[in-house]
Amino acid sequence: MKKWHLVVDVNLCTGCQNCVVATQDEYMNNDFKGYSKPGAAGVTPLSIEHRVRGTGSMVDAQHVPKMCNHCDDAPCIAASDGAIYKRPDGLVIIDPDKAVGRKNLVSTCPYGMIKWNDEQNVPQAWNFDAHLLDSGWKAPRAVQSCPIDALKALHISDSDMEKAIAVEKLVVLQPELNTKPRVYYKNLSAFLSHFIGGNVSGTRDGEAENIEGATIALLQNSTPLAETLTDAFGDFKFENLHDTSTGYSISINHPDYTSQIIEVSGILAESKVLDISLSR
Amino acid sequence: PDGSTRFVTNTNGGPLFVYVKDDKILRTTPIDLTDDDPESWVIKARDTQFSPKRQMTVNPHALSLKSVVYSERRVKYPMKRVDFDPKGNRNTQNRGKSGYVRISWDEALDIVADQVRRQKTTYGPGSIAVTHGAHHQMGNVGYWLSALMRFTNILGATLMKFSPISWEGWYWGAQHHYGNSLRLGLPGPYGTMEDCLKECEMIVFWSSDPEATAGLYGGGEGSQRRQWAKDLGIKFVHIDPHYNSTAQAFGGKWLPVKPTTDSALAHAIMYVWITENLYDKTFIANCTTGFEEWKEYILGREDGTPKTPAWQESETGIPAKDVTSLARMWASKKTYLSAGGLGTGFGGACRAATGQQWARNMILLMTMQGWGKPGVNFGNLQCGAPVDLAHYFPGYAEGGISGDLTRTASSINNYVRMPHVVTVNPVEQRVPREYISEAIKTGKAEAYLWDGMSLEAQFRKAPYPSPGNAEIHMIYQYGGSSFGTTMNSSRRIEMYRDEKVEFVVSQSIWNEGEAQFADIILPACTVAERADISEVSGCAAFGHHNQTQMNHRMVVMQHECIKPLWESKSDYRIFTEVLGRLGFGPMYSEGCSELDWCKRIFDSTDAVNFTSWSKFLKKGYVVFPPQAEDMRDNVYMRWMHEGRKKDVPEPHPLPGDYSGDFLDGLQTQSGKIEFLPNSLKRGDPDNEERPVLNRYKPAWEGPASGEQVKAYPLQLVTGHPRYSFHTHMDGKNSHINDIQDHRIKIDGYAYWIVRMNSIDAADRCLNHHSLVKVYNDRAGVICALDVSPLVARGTLKTYESSAEFDFIQDENGKVLDRGGCMNLLTPSRTQAKGTTAIAPNSCLVEVEQWNNSWEVRDEKMALGS
Ligand SMILES: Nc1nc2c(c(=O)[nH]1)N[C@H]1C(S)=C(S)[C@@H](COP(=O)(O)OP(=O)(O)OC[C@H]3O[C@@H](n4cnc5c(=O)[nH]c(N)nc54)[C@H](O)[C@@H]3O)O[C@H]1N2
Ligand SMILES: Nc1nc2c(c(=O)[nH]1)N[C@H]1C(S)=C(S)[C@@H](COP(=O)(O)OP(=O)(O)OC[C@H]3O[C@@H](n4cnc5c(=O)[nH]c(N)nc54)[C@H](O)[C@@H]3O)O[C@H]1N2
Ligand code: SF4
Ligand code: SF4
Ligand SMILES: [Ca+2]
Ligand SMILES: [Ca+2]
Ligand SMILES: [Mo+4]
Repeated sequence: MKKWHLVVDVNLCTGCQNCVVATQDEYMNNDFKGYSKPGAAGVTPLSIEHRVRGTGSMVDAQHVPKMCNHCDDAPCIAASDGAIYKRPDGLVIIDPDKAVGRKNLVSTCPYGMIKWNDEQNVPQAWNFDAHLLDSGWKAPRAVQSCPIDALKALHISDSDMEKAIAVEKLVVLQPELNTKPRVYYKNLSAFLSHFIGGNVSGTRDGEAENIEGATIALLQNSTPLAETLTDAFGDFKFENLHDTSTGYSISINHPDYTSQIIEVSGILAESKVLDISLSR
Repeated sequence: PDGSTRFVTNTNGGPLFVYVKDDKILRTTPIDLTDDDPESWVIKARDTQFSPKRQMTVNPHALSLKSVVYSERRVKYPMKRVDFDPKGNRNTQNRGKSGYVRISWDEALDIVADQVRRQKTTYGPGSIAVTHGAHHQMGNVGYWLSALMRFTNILGATLMKFSPISWEGWYWGAQHHYGNSLRLGLPGPYGTMEDCLKECEMIVFWSSDPEATAGLYGGGEGSQRRQWAKDLGIKFVHIDPHYNSTAQAFGGKWLPVKPTTDSALAHAIMYVWITENLYDKTFIANCTTGFEEWKEYILGREDGTPKTPAWQESETGIPAKDVTSLARMWASKKTYLSAGGLGTGFGGACRAATGQQWARNMILLMTMQGWGKPGVNFGNLQCGAPVDLAHYFPGYAEGGISGDLTRTASSINNYVRMPHVVTVNPVEQRVPREYISEAIKTGKAEAYLWDGMSLEAQFRKAPYPSPGNAEIHMIYQYGGSSFGTTMNSSRRIEMYRDEKVEFVVSQSIWNEGEAQFADIILPACTVAERADISEVSGCAAFGHHNQTQMNHRMVVMQHECIKPLWESKSDYRIFTEVLGRLGFGPMYSEGCSELDWCKRIFDSTDAVNFTSWSKFLKKGYVVFPPQAEDMRDNVYMRWMHEGRKKDVPEPHPLPGDYSGDFLDGLQTQSGKIEFLPNSLKRGDPDNEERPVLNRYKPAWEGPASGEQVKAYPLQLVTGHPRYSFHTHMDGKNSHINDIQDHRIKIDGYAYWIVRMNSIDAADRCLNHHSLVKVYNDRAGVICALDVSPLVARGTLKTYESSAEFDFIQDENGKVLDRGGCMNLLTPSRTQAKGTTAIAPNSCLVEVEQWNNSWEVRDEKMALGS
């Protein structure tokens, strides 16, 4: 049986916020009986989380669209006495009538994706624009308004989805919560991890110059993990490192310069940018 | 299925479907193209076929139309300031303080008509000034260059003149080197998308954030293409004091330059090219003049200072080694220069004291690399799509229904194809927008007015008042954005309160900005409440072929989706009624409704070759098919490079401005790119602020400003707001207010955001999302602080164009605002002598924690009760 799934490609998302605004537009001043009460200013069912890494001139940023995950094992449903329910097509709906006044439902979502609408006295979440899908729309507003197709709504069977998950290496947010989300993320790793990067320079005729083509190795407790070369700006970057890990070090080698090893002490709590100058 | 009707409209951020039920807008969505619409173009490059998404992509400000249509901040009824008595005491000193009462349309129109008569008989020609913003709701009928221009001409009034705000440095500087005065100094876009995808290896984004600005009216079209470039492995470099939206989206090497100092960096790049023989000598020899003198300057033989990477380091803050790396990479890779958001121009760096220096250097850099070679051009995939430009449809700068043959581009096509009653403004007087407050206060102002007809037109100075004309005593204000968008804007408070200004009428959709300074407010309606017709991204004239930003050329029937709300009326109707009171009604309207005008315009265009009027009305749009693959436009400047006559569809320079044969070479005197421009040698030879030889000179307000830097050590950069379109869609309970990256709500108030480097914040003990006061001698603005490493140290990045002006004044009249009008802080000085050019990005400020409570002003905003 076909069900709804959403795939979010974090690499493609530019942070344009069309999905956020389109969804506001759908619900503001509109009462979709049986689906949702009108939205309210400031109550955004979707939001874009912005994560920034790095320091100095080596920085980067990711935009991660977040919304109700339409969990198959949803704690919000379990706690709701029937005010929140799962449809056969996979969607999780907060019943706009039964949920009236139930502010306590907000905290039942471990993802923080239920928002309290004070004007309507009702909790609300992104319901995949179920009212539109039921009247024949092919995708929710957020998906339709994304200029770069960073969001895709898939109406396929769960087994077909399993295949897509494997092929595209899709993950869910906070899998440890075991809620079985139906919203999947692609290229999320940079968002969840840190990098160790830096610049390698030396001196020639008394002036600093970037060193291109230096061999940089990343080691953990002396075991080599990865190797790369510095680029034309003398820059290098190792991705996908986690804060649980300790004992990183970097070795720098170039035939014209003295090699160096730099220890990155302690837990990698955030991305590290190293400024390395080599001598001949 | 839900019983709604689907209308169509157009906005500055792309066209929309508008779903309406029971005369109420339910939603607006981007338009997905269907199989009935023409196929999309395909570009074959590097073994891949690129074809765009079949949607007219939009920007977030487009999608918030519904929220501002129904905004509580709409002007709902005609209003009169409580203490304004047109027959007695006018209390001009209370403008911006006192409240309003509702009056009838009849009363309001009678007052306006009476005041017009009184002005003309009391003072004579020129005493009425008409003011307006630069950007209108899209359309060819209800545009300021159309219906308002027609109104102004028939009324006979002093026109407010812009400086070329978007282009400044290009207009006053760059064009002298190579021409393109009719584009105000910007390069053209033709053929560059295909060339870039096929050939380019690196794009240098220099003061360029197309993901924030979408070029100009570009919707979301560029994002997909830049993703293509990234997927192809094209390298990105960002030279900007802010790791801006584009850098954040696509990554790349960041050179966090100090604002206003870029020219030093540019010179150092050229130094490396010259000393390491990394430039295109054939192109220099065949297509340029003056290079030897330029080389002497760069090498320091002319002034004793070699412009080395080490020399620029203390100016720009960019390590010398990074400049050397960039210069070598640039020369070894086929490189596109994305200067400004369009890629072919604009850029915050062109709006600073050093703006003309910077834009001039952009041209000179590309010249040294053989501008026009495969893979070497201006652009960032924002412009230059292979759409078919052969089909005529007017852009707004063609004057719509204005009948104005001299101050719009009407006479070339529009008027010939759609004859209508010609209108001429008998008042020749102009007042410069940047100096209107001085003009009124002192009775005098002087400016160089924007005129793109030739390179020399800009040297002509225009005095206010014009000989024999009256000074301004009445302002017909059309929209009221200027507190958010003009420099040192608190000057306007005094202007409005000046007793010489006897009457101010505001024709406004929303009660925002300057509307609160008017005596009478006339409620206009939004584009959703009236008919219009336009092409997506179509401006023409100075923005000739702006629609190459679009993947599909689309002409839109802008339906009257709902009836005008409350007592509002369309601008066109208001003009008809004001002029009707004065006996000019039928002359103004030619008996036509707005829908009649839409039909007249439609019939005059090539849209008739693709659809019929009735089908167009019903469907709401028509798409022109793209160019056939073998008919695509040639690449810009390739003709120079390959020694051919000009062969792109750009109708300028004017024929008489070729020195060689027709289409041979460029607009300059030599017909070549001139390192030392002849037009400056002739027109402005001894100006040390805009020298013939484009030497580096630090900004008059910037890092080199000595004492001022001690008091105000931060450089304020005001970019164009990513989520709103200038003041459009900001404030007024718009959906955009819900974007955490646009305004931040603190204690229930939505504050404008300033972005600061983490270390600068720590130095001042300031926290993320705390309230701060940004201030200098000019004013103070209370903002929410965003702290991150994405802004260069010493820089404060914010946006201009707050729609909200929510201010108090101290006993000296100094303004403190919490609406977010950052332009209260910017200098009104022109970039250089001999120019009238805004320079807001030369601005020093300091920031401190704001702990005080806000003293609420008198309850004066009692509109619409
Ligand atoms: N600090 C700083 N300042 C800048 C810039 C900068 O880079 N830095 N950039 C400059 C540039 S490039 C520009 S283009 C300007 C833009 O500055 P403005 O042109 O002043 O800004 P807009 O918001 O476009 O103003 C349009 C006004 O017209 C009104 N309006 C629009 N449509 C209609 C209509 O249909 N009817 C009526 N009655 N009114 C209407 C709007 O409500 C608004 O008040 O800002 C300039 N200011
Ligand atoms: N969403 C949206 N889009 C718009 C507009 C809008 O208001 N909103 N306005 C439209 C209009 S009218 C115009 S003219 C264009 C303007 O388009 P642009 O002029 O290209 O836009 P800006 O934001 O002024 O400047 C672009 C970048 O220049 C950087 N910058 C500022 N000063 C300097 C400097 O000294 N050196 C360097 N290297 N970089 C600097 C800024 O940080 C910013 O990232 O945008 C158009 N598009
Ligand atoms: S994300 Fe939260 S609200 Fe949505 S289904 Fe899961 S638990 Fe419920
Ligand atoms: S519309 Fe698409 S690109 Fe824009 S913020 Fe949403 S997901 Fe990201
Ligand atoms: Ca990305
Ligand atoms: Ca000429
Ligand atoms: Mo502009």
